[in-house]
Amino acid sequence: MAIQQISVFIENKQGKLLNTVKAISCEGINIRAMSIADTQDFGILRMITSDHDRTLEILKEESIVSTTEVIAVKMEDKVGSLYEVMKILSDAGVNIEYMYAFTATESFGAYVIFRVDDVAQAQELLDKSGIPTLCEEDMRAL
Amino acid sequence: MRKYFQPEIETAPREEILKIQNEKIVKQVRHVYENVKYYRDLMDAKGVKPEDIKGVDDIKKLPFLSKADLREAYPYGLLGTDIKNCVRIQSTSGTTGKRVVAFYTQGDVDMWEDCTARAIVAAGGDEGDVCQVAYGYGLFTGGAGIHGGSHKVGCLTLPMSSGNTERQIQFMMDLNATILCCTPSYAAYIGETLAEKGYKPEDNKLKAGIFGAEPWTEEMRRDIEKNLGIKAYDIYGLTEISGPGVAFECEEQHGMHINEDHFYVEVIDPDTGEVLPEGSKGELVFTSLDKEAFPLLRYRTRDICVLSREKCSCGRTFIRMTKPMGRSDDMMIIRGVNVFPSQIETVLLNEGYSPNYQIVVDRVNNSDTIDVFVELAPEQFSDIVSRHQAREKKLESAMRTMLGIGPKVHLVAPKSIARSEGKAVRVIDNRKLHD
Repeated sequence: MAIQQISVFIENKQGKLLNTVKAISCEGINIRAMSIADTQDFGILRMITSDHDRTLEILKEESIVSTTEVIAVKMEDKVGSLYEVMKILSDAGVNIEYMYAFTATESFGAYVIFRVDDVAQAQELLDKSGIPTLCEEDMRAL
Repeated sequence: MRKYFQPEIETAPREEILKIQNEKIVKQVRHVYENVKYYRDLMDAKGVKPEDIKGVDDIKKLPFLSKADLREAYPYGLLGTDIKNCVRIQSTSGTTGKRVVAFYTQGDVDMWEDCTARAIVAAGGDEGDVCQVAYGYGLFTGGAGIHGGSHKVGCLTLPMSSGNTERQIQFMMDLNATILCCTPSYAAYIGETLAEKGYKPEDNKLKAGIFGAEPWTEEMRRDIEKNLGIKAYDIYGLTEISGPGVAFECEEQHGMHINEDHFYVEVIDPDTGEVLPEGSKGELVFTSLDKEAFPLLRYRTRDICVLSREKCSCGRTFIRMTKPMGRSDDMMIIRGVNVFPSQIETVLLNEGYSPNYQIVVDRVNNSDTIDVFVELAPEQFSDIVSRHQAREKKLESAMRTMLGIGPKVHLVAPKSIARSEGKAVRVIDNRKLHD
């Protein structure tokens, strides 16, 4: 039940990030979750948006984009919940490339996006442990 | 103190030098025609026979050689003698993956070392000097050539090779080095490091420096002279012809005397190949008059210079050349190493990249920097930072292997490299190397 994340190559030049965000905003697309990785030469903007396909279409005109499957895992508001999830993945040898947190409304709660090397295995492990994750429909319903 | 290493030839009357050149060229053309099939074919194609060359005035009838020929004939195609007579190779960059390999007999090495010995004596060197050779040793001609000349002069030779500045300074100060030989940018760097350590110019025993293998300006010369408290001399050479010492500066510091008893020089129009009169700006072409193993005739250096027969107050009668004022090809000299954009292109293609790149060369704290910007193809994009860094590292390593120096690689977005009239600008050189 992995969800689609879009990654965008952002040149390290003034206005590049702004233009990318503007393009999405003009199309009425909502950014649900995002993170930026920056290097000396460029940044990588990773987002989960309200309309993945449309976002992809718009941004590939301007830059390089790619789609990656990630898992949005619900975090209980208690000490140790992130550790618990990570331990499940780690014990099974699933490697975490990166992760970032996001939230929406108070009732929605907190989620952490996991980018892992083996999505299918990670999803299966989390399902088996009864840890809630989001699917595409959940994201669209937000 | 001696003034010349070989006074009888260095100050010989013009007619005598011409006589030597005329005798040598007749012999040399016959040697090449008989032993180098590659060049014999070129001569035959041009309809020139060895007997057509009766003296240096006939050299203009001979075909040119260029780096492209060296690549074509790699590795043995221009060898003029049996391998069993050769004692050494030296090597420099080719235009793509294949390097230039030059062969030497013992006689060739002796001749070359005579030339560098002349340069050392012209810079005031004699057997009482301590000569610190901080040119790279190895395939590069810089270390080996000056090292041999320093022995011939009788200097105490410090075979330092380049790099390890701490150790350079330690030996320089503890062993009282009097002559420093290296690239001008490294000399400037050593000067700065000495100052940082609190040494004043008068604290070292250096009196002269012999600097070459890369372009440098008069302004840089004055800076080095001031910071090290020395006189700085220029030296010129290229692996294809022998190495450093093809030409060298004297106390006048006004142009480099070409060792005309070994190398015949012409200046040509780089577009038409026509020989230009003395005093014209054009491309330098050298003919090796007596090399046995790698006897190149009319080799196009791509260096743009002016020659002068004006009498020199030092007493030497050899013709003088200006510092190279530029290149008639796209070769760059970076940290003393010859680099062609085509070498970088070869690496990119080998590694599966598109040949959309830009090279930016600069000089920071007297050291050359080279940055290569490479356009990423959409399918090479990853959302994971470390994969991009791994790509950059891999390219850097492949380029270091190809070039001999390590550039910094930057992956950039597709179509982000500026194009003028649809053609990408391949090289931006921000160094100010020519006055």
